Amino acid sequence: MKAILALADGTVFEGEQFGATGETAGEVVFNTSMTGYQEVLTDPSYKGQIVTMTYPLIGNYGCNEADVESIGPQVEGFVVREYSAYHSNWRSKWSLDTYLAEHGIIGIQGIDTRALTRRLRVHGVMNGCLSTEDPNPESLVAKAKAWHGLVGWDLVQRVTCPNPYAWQHQENNNVDPKYRVVALDFGIKYNILRQLTEHGCEVQVVPAQTTAEEILAAEPDGVFLSNGPGDPMPVDYAIETIQGLMGKKPLFGICLGHQLLGLALGGKTFKLKFGHRGANQPVKHLETDRVEITSQNHGFCVDIDSLPNSVDITHINLNDDTLEGIQHREYPIFSVQYHPEASPGPHDATYLFSRFTEMMDF
Amino acid sequence: MPKRTDIDKILIIGSGAIIIGQACEFDYSGTQACKALKEEGYEITLVNSNPATIMTDPDFADQTYIEPITADTVELVIAKERPQALLPTLGGQTALNVSVELAESGVLDKYNVELIGAKLPAIQKAEDRALFKEAMIKIGLEVPQSGIAHSVQEALDLVKEIGFPAIIRPAFTLGGTGGGIAYNIEEYEKMVAAGLALSPISELLIEESVIGWKEFELEVMRDGADNVVIICSIENVDPMGIHTGDSITVAPIQTLTDKEYQLMRDSAIKIIREIGVDTGGSNIQFAVDPKTGKQVVIEMNPRVSRSSALASKATGFPIAKIAAKLAVGYNLDEIPNDITAETPACFEPTIDYVVVKIPRWAFEKFQGTDETLTTQMKSVGEAMAIGGTFKEALQKGLRSLETGWSGLDNHPLEELPLSELPSKLSIPNVKRIFYIKAALARGMSIEEIHAYTHIDPFFLYNLKEIVDFEQTLSQPSTQQQIKQHLQDAVLNHIPQNGEPDGVTTKKLLQQAKQFGFSDRQLSDIYNVSEGTIREGREGLGIEATFKTVDTCAAEFEAETPYYYSTCSSEDEVRPSDKPKIMILGGGPNRIGQGIEFDYCCVHAALALKAEGYETIMVNSNPETVSTDYDTSDRLYFEPLTCEDVLNIYHKEKPFGVIVQFGGQTPLNLAIALKEAGVPIIGTSPEDIARSEDRKLFKAVLDEIGLMQPPNGTATSSEEAAPIAAALGYPVIVRPSYVLGGRAMQIVYDEELLQEYMHSAVQASPEHPVLIDKYLEEAIEVDVDAISDGEKTVIGGIMEHIEEAGIHSGDSDCVLPPYTLVDEQIETLKTFTYALAKALRVRGLMNVQYAIKNDEIYVLEVNPRASRTIPFVSKAIGVPLAKLAARVMAGETLAELGFTREIEPTYFSVKAPVFPFNRFPGSNTRLGPEMKSTGEVMGIDTDFSRAFAKAQKACGYTLPLRGKVFISVKNKDKRAIIFIAKKLIDMGFELIATHGTAKVLLRNGMEAELVFSIGKGRPTIHDYIKNHAVDLIINTPTGDLHRPNELLIREMAITHDIPIFSTIPGAAAAVNAIDALQRGDITVTSLQDHFRTL
Repeated sequence: MKAILALADGTVFEGEQFGATGETAGEVVFNTSMTGYQEVLTDPSYKGQIVTMTYPLIGNYGCNEADVESIGPQVEGFVVREYSAYHSNWRSKWSLDTYLAEHGIIGIQGIDTRALTRRLRVHGVMNGCLSTEDPNPESLVAKAKAWHGLVGWDLVQRVTCPNPYAWQHQENNNVDPKYRVVALDFGIKYNILRQLTEHGCEVQVVPAQTTAEEILAAEPDGVFLSNGPGDPMPVDYAIETIQGLMGKKPLFGICLGHQLLGLALGGKTFKLKFGHRGANQPVKHLETDRVEITSQNHGFCVDIDSLPNSVDITHINLNDDTLEGIQHREYPIFSVQYHPEASPGPHDATYLFSRFTEMMDF
Repeated sequence: MPKRTDIDKILIIGSGAIIIGQACEFDYSGTQACKALKEEGYEITLVNSNPATIMTDPDFADQTYIEPITADTVELVIAKERPQALLPTLGGQTALNVSVELAESGVLDKYNVELIGAKLPAIQKAEDRALFKEAMIKIGLEVPQSGIAHSVQEALDLVKEIGFPAIIRPAFTLGGTGGGIAYNIEEYEKMVAAGLALSPISELLIEESVIGWKEFELEVMRDGADNVVIICSIENVDPMGIHTGDSITVAPIQTLTDKEYQLMRDSAIKIIREIGVDTGGSNIQFAVDPKTGKQVVIEMNPRVSRSSALASKATGFPIAKIAAKLAVGYNLDEIPNDITAETPACFEPTIDYVVVKIPRWAFEKFQGTDETLTTQMKSVGEAMAIGGTFKEALQKGLRSLETGWSGLDNHPLEELPLSELPSKLSIPNVKRIFYIKAALARGMSIEEIHAYTHIDPFFLYNLKEIVDFEQTLSQPSTQQQIKQHLQDAVLNHIPQNGEPDGVTTKKLLQQAKQFGFSDRQLSDIYNVSEGTIREGREGLGIEATFKTVDTCAAEFEAETPYYYSTCSSEDEVRPSDKPKIMILGGGPNRIGQGIEFDYCCVHAALALKAEGYETIMVNSNPETVSTDYDTSDRLYFEPLTCEDVLNIYHKEKPFGVIVQFGGQTPLNLAIALKEAGVPIIGTSPEDIARSEDRKLFKAVLDEIGLMQPPNGTATSSEEAAPIAAALGYPVIVRPSYVLGGRAMQIVYDEELLQEYMHSAVQASPEHPVLIDKYLEEAIEVDVDAISDGEKTVIGGIMEHIEEAGIHSGDSDCVLPPYTLVDEQIETLKTFTYALAKALRVRGLMNVQYAIKNDEIYVLEVNPRASRTIPFVSKAIGVPLAKLAARVMAGETLAELGFTREIEPTYFSVKAPVFPFNRFPGSNTRLGPEMKSTGEVMGIDTDFSRAFAKAQKACGYTLPLRGKVFISVKNKDKRAIIFIAKKLIDMGFELIATHGTAKVLLRNGMEAELVFSIGKGRPTIHDYIKNHAVDLIINTPTGDLHRPNELLIREMAITHDIPIFSTIPGAAAAVNAIDALQRGDITVTSLQDHFRTL
């Protein structure tokens, strides 16, 4: 079946449909990871986005039950150069086509993803419309233009858990829980929960709108601020919560959690032209001068110049010198823009979870 | 850390002659290292015996020693140059081994030389199997279980732990003979017993079999601050059990999930840290059980490798260059990524295309050997292809091989009985991919093929897609329709978008292109000319698009113009309007066409760039310097086929294309390109053809009054015999168009001639067989010259040390000639001038002459760069290829200031290196068909010393004392007397067979008597096996009916005993030994030699 991806600037890509059929709109972004499409698909931070993989062959190793970062695929649409109908891996359970179809995600293949990526790099991420229903390119461009976009939209509401729950670790874990952690769910990736558990944390996941008082009442050893989709600015309730926790409990934030912390500290955020999405972003740890290859997925960023004097910059992106990590000078608070839980991506920054537990020890 | 200032002079060791497993990738890495370190202001001393390398060009190091890469010679260089540091990791195993030897023997300590990059303990830990295994276990990684056995009992104990199947590898046997896989105890006992008997040290390595597991490689880099990055991941299409050098490989990894890949990445990082490679690149290999995902570590190379060259070309990340910078103290984040310019080198490249590497073999040259692919590498070269999909890259790769395939072709294989397919699929062989195609085409399931081949079903599925799609294209109804549309399109009748038929045709052809089908494949399917396909599809709007290799999947803008073609919607290349010259490279290495031609292409690029031209390089060989992105202004990593070259030509519109530097590859395209309107610069394709066509060439020679050996042409086997008889045996026979002496043979009688005519070639009027009188005992001379169309200057005259009839690439030769008289030299010059004029040469020309009884015969003229150009350039201190490139661009030799021949005051000897130890059972005799893979150069003011150096550089240790076996044919018995006398004077003892011994005795020389083979014991075989002989002089009677002598040769090669099979060769060897005995061998840099010119 034919599928069309139309961008708000009028560019149209025609390809073949796979996965589900229908029509969807979203911000079109690209991810440069060569592996990990299932993790990308299931990362709630991609809510509201149509994701293009720059690696051309996708679907090769199929999909399985384990490599998920949330209950199911979260992206609005999925764009690849060549979808592999054959999936080969000893853990593979379903083809990507089946997986997406079952979860109602539209995929398009057979398009020049590099041309699309170059367009996004040069002109910035754009809104787009992906459809297998409407064959008219002009009408699709109009729909893309009409879509409201991510800025100012509170996407956290769409991915946070409705009720608090205790994280049940599925894999064998020999570490006895030592710390009680509350994780504010802005769209949390399972691998963060897995990592916390493996580092000896018993994790209670709570909805994004949980207040500081409610959290403090649970008397956790530390609070985790999760990743999540979209613009941090409209998530003002979370900013307030964080402000209520600062100085009272050790805090560790990742990605959106980091941005919200930045805002809570009085900093500002801005939208990057085309974001950082991939598994090869070099980040320098300023304390050690060591470079970590990191997994990243963010379109917004904390403005390095807007940070108050109360925080130190701990990590910097070597590609574009943007902020990657901060630490509070007085309080046990730190956060990173990138994804130390990886999944997909390298494990170079796993040490940050130990840093969190060390903080809780203190 | 900034760069180190406590060192200022660094020694770099190259990898020597091109051999199987160690090819021009180390010239690429060494050249990058020299450039990078010079750029940092270090003084560079270089040792490499291979003159055909770019790194040994005098501009790349401050002191360039073309000397043998042996510990004693390198010590002389160290003593003379006193470098403070030695970088051992860029010259392959050769450099690593010599560096270890120098470190272990205390030489480095003695002269205060520091190993940089990798220290001795790290190298030892990575290279020693036991230490490596221990280290892996320490960091919690799994390795295949293994152990060493010296007896049947030890082996039986071992297999209890290892289990079946078990691999048995006898130590130090030729080509791994005697090894195998045992599936049960009975088989095992048999193989162990046989292996122990075969191993000269009665040692076996018993290993857990991981054959059939998936094989992966990671290219890892580490800096002094302990930052570790993975540059590239590679998946082998062929599973474990086939050497990675003999496997089709793909980058990046295709069939691992991120979880599994990251596990492997973690292991790789742990390994490089535990082994302790301080800085630089390493290659780590893993095997993965396809059923469980269990990962085991196979091995690690603590240095740059063939795979790292591939990884550099596949990603655009220059591993060797960065490794060199890390070795002098920089950290990864302090080095910019050249390709993006704005981001640092401290990152992991990500690619948005698929890279396929396919090996190229040369079994046709080594008939009689087992062609099964095993854990021992046998390929001589490789092609790499980049495509948007695996299918496209694979088909591009197959046509890049230049073995006659234009993609995943249909082969006569399809006629193979179905019953034979399973064995063709399960026993790895060169054509396996085509057998897979045949199996798919006949409906064999992916599962079944997987069971036979263990190739991952993902790849098989992709092959199936190609096969299925080809069937779609060939369906009679579609076929007719597409053919019609193509022909219409040629006539400018383009089906409109509204026309459903036209749309389908366009879509199908587009998909064909996305699947990598070449125009030639399509022309076969539609039974129209390749030109019709081209014009037709262009008419339909289907053209190749070019994309950039940028290390970052388009996340940043690329500064470096490194391109590949793919069928897609956007073309990124923006051609400039500067004057441009395009240089066509040599494609994958093969015997007869390798690094020498790449050297010439690189020189052309450098010279023309310096003259202000924009240079465009086209090549498909990832091992080369020419495919380094900063050699030319623009690099197109593409197959060298007419279609692919025309695509680039139409894109770039250069004013000239150079075809005479890349060997036979571009020459084969010359006429077709010219017909397509491509401006070929230099000697015209027609004139080149005149030199290749027997009749036309005869006319040229007649016109200027030169002689050829008497010859004739046979268009059938019946015609051959009378022609040969009239010429008189022996004769040289060959097909009319030959590459590197393919299928060329000397035949001594009619029986052999008939055998040749029936088995080796099929003579026909279109493909006649050429028969030449073989000039026995003639001296062969090679002349390289350059001409601007008016003036011709001789670059060098090389006298072969072997007699004529041995391929010039396989002969030792010396420049200047050592036995020719001035008069002969003058005549050779005059002849060469005349030939250049007659053939209207603009550029380089090589002429082969034979001198017999004071008559000079022209054997062959090649109006193009020859294999000897780099050697001659280094012998005379003039960069001939650079000058030739400028001549082609329009300058005259007078303008270039090269009008006078150079007469060096020193001797340069070139000696070939052979791969026979990889091909047990093959014919080791030398003849008109080239068999060597590489060459070395020895330079000295004294001929004997130069010869001794060349021998040493080839890996032959000329003995200083001991026993010499002499057995010569009757004709040589007189000549051997003087040689034998000299040997006795030098303190050697002689061993001889009856006939030779008698002659020696008559001349007052005692010799220990051995029996001729089959006449009694002991024979020379026993002596060889007992290491009781140190040098062999054995001149065979020439014909193939002497298997005994072949066996002597093969055994000598196995046991590393130098063997000489001609009198001139033996004489040179004896003089060389004399020079070695005098012990006055010194080393001199190329720069110092050139000062004497």
